[in-house]
Amino acid sequence: MSKHAPAEMGLFSPVIIRPAILQAFRKLDPRSLARNPVIFATALVSVLATVLVIREALIGSPVFWVGLQIAIWLWFTVLFANFAEAVAEGRGKARADAFRATRSSTLAKVLVDPSDRVVYGTKDVERLEPGEVILVEAGDIVPTDGEIIEGIASVDESAITGESAPVIRESGGDRSSVTGGTRLVSDWLVVRVTARQGETFLDRMIALVEGAKRQKTPNEIALDILLAALTLVFLFVVATLPFFASWSGTTLPVIYLAALFVTLIPTTIGGLLSAIGIAGMDRLVKANVIAKSGRAVEAAGDIDVLLLDKTGTITFGNRMAHAFEPAANVSERDLAEAAFLASLSDDTPEGKSIVDLAATRFGFDAAAGSGALFVPFTAQTRMSGVDLPSGTHLRKGASDTMAKLTGGALSATVEQAVRKIASSGGTPLVVARDNDVLGVVHLKDVVKPGIRERFAELRRMGIRTVMITGDNPLTAAAIAAEAGVDDFLAEATPEAKLALIRKEQAEGRLVAMCGDGSNDAPALAQADVGVAMNSGTPAAKEAGNLIDLDSDPTKLIEIVMVGKQLLISRGALTTFSIANDVAKYFAILPALFVTAYPGLAVLDVMGLGSPQSAILSAIIFNALVIVALIPIALKGVRYAPASASTLLGRNLLVYGLGGLIVPFIGIKAIDLIVDLLHLA
Amino acid sequence: MTLDLVQFLIFAALLLALAWPLGQYMARVFTGEAQFLAPIENALLRLAGQGRPQPQRWQAYALSLLAFNAAGFAVLFLMLRYQNLLPLNPQGFGGLPAHLAFNTAISFVTNTNWQSYGGETTLSNLSQMLGLTTQNFVSAASGAAVAAAVARGFAAKQTRVLGNFWVDLTRTTLYILLPAALVLALVLVALGLPQTLAGSFDATTLEGAKQSIAIGPVASQIAIKQLGTNGGGFFNVNSAHPFENPNALSNLLTTISILLIPVAFCFTYGRLVGDRRQGRALFAAMAVLFLASFAAIYAAERLGNPLHAGLVDLASGNMEGKEVRFGILASTLWAAATTAASNGSVNAMLDSFTPLGGLVAMLNIQLGEVVYGGVGVGLTGMLLFVIITVFLAGLMVGRTPEYLGKKVEAREIKLAALTLLVMPIGILLFAALAIVTGQAQASVQDAGPHGLSELLYAYTSATGNNGSAFAGFTANTLWHNSFLGVSMMLGRFGYIIPILAIAGSLAAKRPAAETAGTFPTHGPLFVTLLVATILIVGALTFLPVLALGPIAEHVSILAGQSF
Amino acid sequence: MTTYLRPALVLLGVFSLLTGAAYPLAVTGVAQAMFPSQANGSAVVRSGTVVGSSLIGQSFMSDRYFHGRPSATSAPDPKDPSKTVDSPYNAANSTGSNLGPSSAALKTAVAERVAALGGGAQPAELVTASGSGLDPDISPRGAEVQIARVAKARGLSDERLRLLVQAQTEPRLLGVLGEPRVNVLALNLALDRLAP
Repeated sequence: MSKHAPAEMGLFSPVIIRPAILQAFRKLDPRSLARNPVIFATALVSVLATVLVIREALIGSPVFWVGLQIAIWLWFTVLFANFAEAVAEGRGKARADAFRATRSSTLAKVLVDPSDRVVYGTKDVERLEPGEVILVEAGDIVPTDGEIIEGIASVDESAITGESAPVIRESGGDRSSVTGGTRLVSDWLVVRVTARQGETFLDRMIALVEGAKRQKTPNEIALDILLAALTLVFLFVVATLPFFASWSGTTLPVIYLAALFVTLIPTTIGGLLSAIGIAGMDRLVKANVIAKSGRAVEAAGDIDVLLLDKTGTITFGNRMAHAFEPAANVSERDLAEAAFLASLSDDTPEGKSIVDLAATRFGFDAAAGSGALFVPFTAQTRMSGVDLPSGTHLRKGASDTMAKLTGGALSATVEQAVRKIASSGGTPLVVARDNDVLGVVHLKDVVKPGIRERFAELRRMGIRTVMITGDNPLTAAAIAAEAGVDDFLAEATPEAKLALIRKEQAEGRLVAMCGDGSNDAPALAQADVGVAMNSGTPAAKEAGNLIDLDSDPTKLIEIVMVGKQLLISRGALTTFSIANDVAKYFAILPALFVTAYPGLAVLDVMGLGSPQSAILSAIIFNALVIVALIPIALKGVRYAPASASTLLGRNLLVYGLGGLIVPFIGIKAIDLIVDLLHLA
Repeated sequence: MTLDLVQFLIFAALLLALAWPLGQYMARVFTGEAQFLAPIENALLRLAGQGRPQPQRWQAYALSLLAFNAAGFAVLFLMLRYQNLLPLNPQGFGGLPAHLAFNTAISFVTNTNWQSYGGETTLSNLSQMLGLTTQNFVSAASGAAVAAAVARGFAAKQTRVLGNFWVDLTRTTLYILLPAALVLALVLVALGLPQTLAGSFDATTLEGAKQSIAIGPVASQIAIKQLGTNGGGFFNVNSAHPFENPNALSNLLTTISILLIPVAFCFTYGRLVGDRRQGRALFAAMAVLFLASFAAIYAAERLGNPLHAGLVDLASGNMEGKEVRFGILASTLWAAATTAASNGSVNAMLDSFTPLGGLVAMLNIQLGEVVYGGVGVGLTGMLLFVIITVFLAGLMVGRTPEYLGKKVEAREIKLAALTLLVMPIGILLFAALAIVTGQAQASVQDAGPHGLSELLYAYTSATGNNGSAFAGFTANTLWHNSFLGVSMMLGRFGYIIPILAIAGSLAAKRPAAETAGTFPTHGPLFVTLLVATILIVGALTFLPVLALGPIAEHVSILAGQSF
Repeated sequence: MTTYLRPALVLLGVFSLLTGAAYPLAVTGVAQAMFPSQANGSAVVRSGTVVGSSLIGQSFMSDRYFHGRPSATSAPDPKDPSKTVDSPYNAANSTGSNLGPSSAALKTAVAERVAALGGGAQPAELVTASGSGLDPDISPRGAEVQIARVAKARGLSDERLRLLVQAQTEPRLLGVLGEPRVNVLALNLALDRLAP
């Protein structure tokens, strides 16, 4: 999937790790810590623990040695969380640097008079204003985002999209936008600047991958609140515990309580939360999609209905010859030959496909058509063909036109073939030699290979696909059936599209829509998730909240996956984090209370070395598990399309039950090491 | 054992057979379909200035409830404080001290029925009837109203109104509580409960001693104390008293009536939100927790007290504080039902339960009184857990969480998360405070870890609005009456107001259509996750202190240690 | 403010009358008319004297009677009203011992009661205090273990008393509900009739 310049780095390549370690310390800045309530609480407790350890050192307390280790591991917990975030940011930064490198040109050619592209002044790109008109010539790097007002050129967009083949950009129509950072390979363009500096596409991509201006997504905010509430609950639990312990005359060292508090609060998810978010955006960029907001990515995970344009998305967009249906007493070869000759000079894709099919089937030679006179399609005749030197007229056209040309009704065989083709969604093209109808060419809208499987995948995710087409309902139904979409909107107008979106939304469904044309803009804006094609018009790109650089409408599947993965990763790690607490209780509670009530040793199901080593092992486990889970946070929890119940069942089993069991094993293992090294 | 199982099955079957139709009927009451008492209803509402009741937004609904409860508190406080000046006081009891009147008034207004006083030795008949019995009705009706409003809010489509509190209050009382209480009270009288305005009668025992036997308008109060998940008994020992609960049949009927309305509410909810499966799922989650807690308490009591091995025939279980006519099964079933349903009545002394039996009873309350729970509020408390569970489940399936098609977003999570703090504050913070000030040590009866259990149970019961007690704890002091009173308020309104706000917020949302990607909230998987969430939140909050109380006591008596 | 206050006060007043007065009075009226015995405390009358309530236990100390369960009820100390004294089966002030399972006091009390009964593993209800302090019942086995003592005091044969206990044993309701039990007052009344 990734086509970007920096080759995919290993998760822990030194290029990332070294600066991340430094960053982990920089992020100890309270202002940066305060963004994350759980880690902030951990840092506060670490400070408290440090002060306590100093005091213990001064008074020669017996818990000094273990207390010191606890304090150190508390700091490690904070640093590991910072480190996770730094690694995620570092990966994005590497990508951002690659983008920055494309912004080498610093001067733009500003036209004073847009109609005169000879006289221009130069201006620092940073100072370009929207509305200014600039000239870009072959070899230039496009300095900023804009709309082409004149000219046609081939543009190398590989810096942005990673696609090496140049694409054509021209004024008017749906391919009139250029993106800053791309390079003109040929010709020239006159471009009106559309983006303010700092808000261009490239700027957005850089900000996005760096996570610099990352705003918390709605679900992330909700999760933050829940985690903060749990932290408060545990604050009450731990802060009141010494008083309950005093009932039996037990005094609990405060440093042990600090350790208990930090192991109980959801540090695992708290520490990884922002790494998950940054990594999610990063995955999106890797899929060549630019999200204008995190909200849109999350919304993509919620999509119920996907609206897709038929042409160019589901089908190749051109009708292609599929078969020859000869009239009675005409051989297929005769029909094919006539169609072949009639189409030789026809430059339309349909014409070319007839030539191709006939040549492949019967091996005709293009030289056969030499000297023929081409009769092009006109609105008046509504047919095309050739007049051969022999005086024979070959014509092809719609059935009603041809019927008129050949004087009256078509023969029963032909009539039947026409009806059969039309009802299957194809287009019948009747071929005639002079006044004899030879038969029908079956033109067909060809569905892209593999698209059916993609729709099946969407269906497994619970997403319904609706095909939008200008075709008549009969044709639309046939193609819909072939492509495997769930529904279709035939004879669609922009108004009908908008109405369909509104109707689906009124019924409580979240709608995604892919589009590129200017007339798609209202629908893109109305849809909950609007994916604009990068090849599209600026209006479309402005209206959508996601932009696909590959202009691949089925990209939505990847976007949905990223959105879902983002939520699943958070949910799974939250569950894991909370489930961990059970084992930590079984480690720490007997350790704290066993002197008061020796019988409580039965709670020490792990058989840990000593009360001190139990507490130490729990806090070490708690810190290390953050590091251990960084890969999952960055890569995201595995997501395969499946029903919600299946997904939940699997994730509960892995992260819920796993979260219950893993710490029992982990804490016991660490305890054995702690004992071996005589750390406690 | 087999007979015990048969008794339990009879109980469960009768309960379900009654609760299912009652739930359907209650739904008709809350939708306004049931109309046979319309003339009385309309007359009452007109008198209250609600002749044409307007649907209220959640804020107005909550304010109405608060105003009504505040008025109820003020009137009850004054009545108790000055009962000596009021009629119907055959034993000539004095007015209650201010802190006891405060505590008792809060207790009955919040449907807790914590009793810092001994009923037959403190309260006049007027206080018992006009004061307590009235609140037994209307505090339950207030809770029912909340549940009705919340169900409407969850089911609503882009509106802002939840219904009218005054209408819900009036209809609950007239259509549900009064008829049910009337029938039950008369049946109970037939089974032996006294119902008279006399205070006591004297007898000369066979050995020639004088026995003064307290009686009074018992049956009418017992009927509503059970049906309304109140629990405030007429007598000090509550339903262990032979006049409140004279035999196996009265015990069976009252045990059923404890859970009847809370169970019925599950089915009512299903109908009100237009998806009965949702109600059944809540019923199932509650059933799992109820069966588990009952089985645990039963096993602990059946095994008896190991300290008394050799002295007592352990085959009859732990009988200290229990009545012969109930035995282990009926006593433990009652304990499970009352602590699950936030009904403070007891038919055996919980303080004398084995450590683990007492622990489970306590934990039942600490889980949030959501296992059927109090009338109305049990259901809404469970819905708060549903919100949190739905959120976790939604994340884990990769969709913005939704319940009944409504997106659960930051605002709802904030409100639900807020309620997670109620139990830690009301129980842990206030109990710790009582220890720091020495108030706890002065009030507990038993030494050792059991004393801590007594303290914990008191604040647990108050915060959970349950009302039962480890009765060795002397709660009738200025300190405890005050703090327990605050706990009760916190435990009542700390849940009611957030859930009403959530309902108001969800009501305004557009319901999303159900698709294959929607996570079903009615299947076994969701029920499992819901149960797990409740247990984990409860266990994580209370395990440390339970380890120092009942668990420490348990391991101590296993080691042969007494205190 | 009045939007909330008026309905609050009016409905509180109305419901106080309806549920706090009319309801209990109506139940009282019907109960007194239909079930006068139960409604007034199920008094037991022997030769014109009220000797107790069939539902409430009473204290038996004499060897001539079967004894009920230990009772934890108390009464105000006649000498100092601020204190209380033990007063078993005080039906004006019900209470249990509320002693916890780990209570040393409970263990001592149980041990003493067991010793008084002659040691061994005794029926639980005979050596543990009831919840109400007014439990009228004991188990059939709880009656059996007392037969020898009562028979000796009354000069009756063990066999006659065994038959008496059997006749006074109330089985489970429908053979299922509740526990088999013997009402001590009823048993002792029957005993008095048998051998005055």
